Amino acid sequence: MIWHAVRLGLRRGLTETKHAFREPQEIFFTLFWAGSFLVVIYFQRDATIAGVSLAALTLPSLVTLGIAFNGLMGMVGGLAVEREDGTLLRAKSVPHGMVGYVIAKVVLISLSSLTGSMLVLLPSLFMVSALDAVGVPGWLGLFGILMLGLLATLPWGAVIGSFASNPQTGAGFSMLGLAGLAAISGIFYPITSMPGWLQVVAQVFPPYWLGHGARAAVLPPGFAAAELTGAWRVEWCVLVLALWAAAGFLIAPGVLRRMARRESGSVMQARRERAMQRVG
Amino acid sequence: MPSLEDAVHDLATDVIRVHDLRMSYGPVEVLKGVDFTVRRGEVIVLLGPNGAGKTTTIEILEGFRMRSGGQVTVLGVDPARGDEAWRARLGVVLQSWRDHGRWKVGELLAHLRAFYTPYRTPFDLDELLAAVGLAEHAGRRLSKLSGGERRRLDVAIGIVGRPELLFLDEPTAGFDPHARRDFHDLLHRLSDLEETTILMTTHDLDEAEKLADRILILDEGGIVADGSPDALARKVARDAQVRWSVDGEHFVHATDDVTAFVRGLFAQHGDAVQDLEIRRATLEDTYMAMVLKEVRR
Repeated sequence: MIWHAVRLGLRRGLTETKHAFREPQEIFFTLFWAGSFLVVIYFQRDATIAGVSLAALTLPSLVTLGIAFNGLMGMVGGLAVEREDGTLLRAKSVPHGMVGYVIAKVVLISLSSLTGSMLVLLPSLFMVSALDAVGVPGWLGLFGILMLGLLATLPWGAVIGSFASNPQTGAGFSMLGLAGLAAISGIFYPITSMPGWLQVVAQVFPPYWLGHGARAAVLPPGFAAAELTGAWRVEWCVLVLALWAAAGFLIAPGVLRRMARRESGSVMQARRERAMQRVG
Repeated sequence: MPSLEDAVHDLATDVIRVHDLRMSYGPVEVLKGVDFTVRRGEVIVLLGPNGAGKTTTIEILEGFRMRSGGQVTVLGVDPARGDEAWRARLGVVLQSWRDHGRWKVGELLAHLRAFYTPYRTPFDLDELLAAVGLAEHAGRRLSKLSGGERRRLDVAIGIVGRPELLFLDEPTAGFDPHARRDFHDLLHRLSDLEETTILMTTHDLDEAEKLADRILILDEGGIVADGSPDALARKVARDAQVRWSVDGEHFVHATDDVTAFVRGLFAQHGDAVQDLEIRRATLEDTYMAMVLKEVRR
C-alpha cells in the first residue's frame, strides 16, 4: 500500500515539475539565477590568483551552493505555501496522501535544482578552460556531491517549513541563516583568511563542505594548496554531509507528521485571516 | 441494560457515535458535551450559528483534530487512531480550498483517485466528471475555474473513493440554483444507490429541509435539537396558519388541528371559501425559535 503511494508520489513529482517548467514566472527565476551566476563566471574567466584560475575555483562552489539554496528554500517555501492553500490538507484526506505529497516535493525540488545547476555548468565549460581536463570520474564526483547536497538540505527544509507559523518568517529565517553560512563558507571569501573560530563554525555546516567537495571533484590536485589543510578532505566532506542528511531524515518524518496532524481546515482559515490582516 | 445482541446490532449500523464530546481551545470551551449517533445510510445535516463548533465537530470526526474529551467512534474506529485503511472509507469536503492551481481538472482527479485503488473500487473518472457537471472542463486548469466549478470538483474529489461515509462542510457555498439542484440530485443518488452515509453542514435551511433525513442543531457547545425536519417543526410550532377569504374579505387563523378546522370552514361557507392557504411551520421557524431560545437563556 505504501509503495503504491510512493509510486504515485514519484509520478506526482514529475507532473509538478512539468507544471513548473511551463510557468513563465518559474522559468524567469531559474534563468535569472543561472544568468547572474554566469555573469560572475564570465568576468572571472581570465582572472588568476597566484596562478590559479579564479573562475575554476568559483564555479563548482557556486553550483553546489545553488543546490543548497534550492533544496532548503524550495522545501521551506513549498511547504509553507501549500499548508496555507490547502494542498497539504487535500493530501491528508486521501489514504497515504502525505507520503505521495512529500515524495513529490523531493522529486520536484531535486529536478528543478539539478536543472538550475546544469544551466550554470554547461555554458561555463565553454568559458573556463581550466575545466577542459575534467574527466568522467570528476563529473560523476560532482554529481555525487550535488546529490549529497540535496539529501543534506531537503529534510531540513521540511523541518523549518513545518515549524514556521507563516511562509514569510519561515523563508526569511532560512534565507538569513543560509546567507550567513554561505558568507563564511569560503566560496566568496577565502576561508584561510578568516579567524580560527569562524573556520571551525563554517566546517560544522554543509555549505563549506559542498564547495570543498565540488572543488575536490573537478579541480586538478594543485588547487588543493588553497584549501584549509592544503589538501582535499573528501572523506570528511562525505562524512559531514552524510551526518547532516542522516540527522535530517531521522528528524523530518516525525516533524512532518506532527505538523500534518495539526493541520486542519479551521487552522488554515485562521492563518489565512491573519495573513489578510497583514496585507490589509 | 442493553442485550449483547442489541449492542452488536448497534455496532453494525451506527456509523458515527459521539458521546460527551468536549473541545476547548485554551480557556474557551467550544464543545461542552455533544451527543449523537448516525446510522448507516442516513443523511444528517448539522445546523448552527457561526462559531457554534460545527466545523470543529466535523474535523474531530474526520480525524483532523484531536478532541479534549469524550468518546467518538467513526466506522467503528476512534478517529484519533484512524489508520490509512480507515481513511480510505471516508470522503472529505472541507471549506473553500484554492490548492493545485496549476493542475488540470481531470489530471488531479485521476491522481487522487489512484490513491484509493489498493483499498476499494473508486468511481469511473469520466462518469464522475459528468455527474458533477465538469465533463467539458476536464482539460481546464483549476486556477481558471469559477468558485462554483471549483466547489463541484471538491465534491468530486471527496467522493471519488466511493466513501462509506461522506463529510461535507458547506458544500454548496457559491452555487447557483441550477448547480445546487444538480448537487442535491447527486447526493440523493449517492445516498440511494451507494448507501453512502452523509454528514453535512450548511447555512441554507431550505437545502437542509430538502436533503436531511435528520437535522442536528448545534448551539452553545451542545446539540439543542435532533430530529427529522417535520418532527422539529412540530416540536416548536404545533400550530399551522390557515388563510382564506370569503366574499373578498381575508382571514387568518392559527390551529393545531388543521383538518378539523378546514372541514368546519367548508361546512359553514361551502363554495364561498377562496384563496385557501395552509402554512405549517418551516425549518426556518424552527431554527430561529431554537437558536433564539438559546440566546435568551
